[in-house]
Amino acid sequence: MNWFITPRELRRLGIVGMNARNVDMIARLNARRHYPLVDDKLLTKSLALEAGIAVPELYGVIETNHDARRLRERISGRDDFVIKPAHGSGGNGILVITGRMGERFRKANGLLEDMEGLEHHVSNILSGMYSLGGQPDKAMIEYRVRFDALFAKVSFQGVPDIRTVVYQGYPVMAMARLPTRGSDGKANLHQGAVGVGIDITKGVTGHGVWHNEIVERHPDTGAPIGGIVIPEWDRLLALAAGCHELTGLGYLGVDVVLDRDYGPLILELNARPGLAVQLANGDGLRKRIDRIDAVRPEKPALPSERAVHAQTLLGVTGSAPSGRI
Amino acid sequence: MKRLHLPLLILALVAVSLGIFQHKVRNLAFPLLPAQIADNWIVEARLAFEPTGGAVTARLLIPSQPPGLALLDEHFVSRDYGLTTGMRSENREAIWTARNPSGRQAVYYRATFYELERHLRPQPEYPGPASLPEFEEPYASAAESIVERVRERSADITTFATVLVSDMAHAQDENIALFAPRGSGERERARAAIQLLAGARIPARMAHGIQLTDRARDLQVRTWLEVHNTREWVPINPGNGSVGYPPNFLVWWYGDQEPVALNRARNAQVSFAVTRNFQSAVDAAQQRAQLLDSHIADFSLLGLPVQTQNMYRVLLMVPVGAMIIVLLRNVVGVQTFGTFMPVLIALSFRETELLGGVILFTLIVSLGLAIRFYLEHLKLLLVPRLASVVIVVVMLMLMLSIISHHLGIEHGLAVALFPMVILAMTIERMSIVWEEHGAGDAIRQGVGSMGAAIVGYLLMINPYAEHLIFVFPELLLIILAVTLLLGRYTGYRLSELIRFRALAGRSDT
Repeated sequence: MNWFITPRELRRLGIVGMNARNVDMIARLNARRHYPLVDDKLLTKSLALEAGIAVPELYGVIETNHDARRLRERISGRDDFVIKPAHGSGGNGILVITGRMGERFRKANGLLEDMEGLEHHVSNILSGMYSLGGQPDKAMIEYRVRFDALFAKVSFQGVPDIRTVVYQGYPVMAMARLPTRGSDGKANLHQGAVGVGIDITKGVTGHGVWHNEIVERHPDTGAPIGGIVIPEWDRLLALAAGCHELTGLGYLGVDVVLDRDYGPLILELNARPGLAVQLANGDGLRKRIDRIDAVRPEKPALPSERAVHAQTLLGVTGSAPSGRI
Repeated sequence: MKRLHLPLLILALVAVSLGIFQHKVRNLAFPLLPAQIADNWIVEARLAFEPTGGAVTARLLIPSQPPGLALLDEHFVSRDYGLTTGMRSENREAIWTARNPSGRQAVYYRATFYELERHLRPQPEYPGPASLPEFEEPYASAAESIVERVRERSADITTFATVLVSDMAHAQDENIALFAPRGSGERERARAAIQLLAGARIPARMAHGIQLTDRARDLQVRTWLEVHNTREWVPINPGNGSVGYPPNFLVWWYGDQEPVALNRARNAQVSFAVTRNFQSAVDAAQQRAQLLDSHIADFSLLGLPVQTQNMYRVLLMVPVGAMIIVLLRNVVGVQTFGTFMPVLIALSFRETELLGGVILFTLIVSLGLAIRFYLEHLKLLLVPRLASVVIVVVMLMLMLSIISHHLGIEHGLAVALFPMVILAMTIERMSIVWEEHGAGDAIRQGVGSMGAAIVGYLLMINPYAEHLIFVFPELLLIILAVTLLLGRYTGYRLSELIRFRALAGRSDT
């Protein structure tokens, strides 16, 4: 592998850089007034419910430190749940409890945490430790996704999810994000999760990227990550495409989890999706966006129609990420 | 129009900035380099006379926009005398008056001059062709033949004058000897030349001045000839006909007259003394700008109290640092804690010096981090925890100062100049990144911040940069323009060339 890549080659591949993303995508397509819809996960959740989009069930919200004392009531009778900040970013501040052990709670990494620890975590969330700009925040307690066995062999603890980049309502690129030992159960590439490219037309995984390097196998489990067929792929893409109407954002990242019982659930939306999806797919966003722009129909079609439209458009030249490195 | 908006704004900013900049450099001679010294000359004219009783009026011609020199400052030293200045034809004069002085009197005129590359004075209009003098014979025919002969050997007004004057100096011509006998002084020669030039209808005048020499007293007044070539007055040496004034020649007055006129006084005596004076070029330029009634001088920082000036010397470097941060973050792709934290750290490096600053900064942040990890165990609320970190940071700073003082390391005392709240926030952010993203990320961002601070510091202590921004604050508009331009940079960051390296050599599918 080369030590670096030339800007010429990056342009040829149609890779979108951070500056181009900030100016051409986010500043141009994402009006600032729409941000609260995605930055506040409580708001996103209620909007999604109204629109009939599947999301994990909300058990309760804690808004003040005074309420924090009542955390015990909110989680009573529940063995597993997730505590997350309503304004969190990058997967920070998410605490996953997988079960109880007497008075203690078992975290996703297998370690135990007592009630005091949970309360401290909630108080940290409320004081704005994980929110953008340190604003006071709310803590959400919600359903813990029991993920589909599909990714069981290629994740280490945590919840694997599928990130789809939606441009002007058209899903253009997707990747599966698999937690590793290093990422501490988080599906965030920045923290060491593996990103796996997904063929947008067929819903089949290709090669992965881990710490900016191309990998064929999961670093912890050693299982091959290519060739996994994602069920209900068309429905998942339509779900993602529908989030465009939900938020009014022209450049959007939609994170979907595959639940064993409920199927695809929208976990969160992101108004500033990162660029690692390009590495995972071995392809540039710019190329695909240009293709969408070139033949975009005048009238906005239904989300499912847009998803099909994007699949046929992007499938023509077969930009499959079949691991040829 | 919308697409052109930003480029036009940037162009306008750059144009305004460069316009003011070049005006200040070229016309007001503000120095481009720091610690420049300008020479100027302090010239003193002493006028002594004896009153004969009654109200005395003494008039002295004084310089007015002399060629090649600019008047910076002037003083009139004259006890008990009333003073007015005014113009008399092409000369400026000072008029001293006193009711009833007795005994020998002396008044002084002292002026500071600065050498100027360019003429700033407006050229007087062409006075029109000189009227033909009425000579008697044999002068009339002699003048006619001289003019005739000179005209054959000259091309224009200037060469006519130079040929004529050099003929007067060298040729053994009886016609010329009629006007200026051999051995006559500069003044007689100039007077004769003016008459002969008038014969060719060329306007000419006498100029009197002194040769500026350091620490000279009782300087001789020298007479020069000026002819008007319809565009400007051209100085000509009446001794040999060469064009131009010698260097450092100060023209004091024009015309065939004495510089002094007295009323109810006698025995006028004028003497000139000169000393050379060195002054900071910035001060000289500032004085010059004020004399030229330039609004630019009014908006200069140099008019502020010195303490405020020193503060702005530092503050004006912050925009430079901010631009560096923009470059480092958006073009290079360095990650830092807080957007402008490195600039503030760089500012405090100015006081601690680089090595000491880096060591102290690293020391405080590492110790603070250790204590912050301990505080994490106590499970405190956010604001009390932040406040605790600030308190701990102040105590650490105090401790480091005392220890380093005992060890005799004076750099350690400068630790107090670190912005402690910034340090505390750095520690807090670093510990969060450490917990959330691991030690690798935290240390990478810490090193990035430190590197950005060092780069910023190296630029901000650069004496040339500091001088340029301080003397030409309009350059900040260029920095603003560059920053605006970078605001639309959508190219790849240098770090992305490494980040996406795994894609190198991929075929275009």
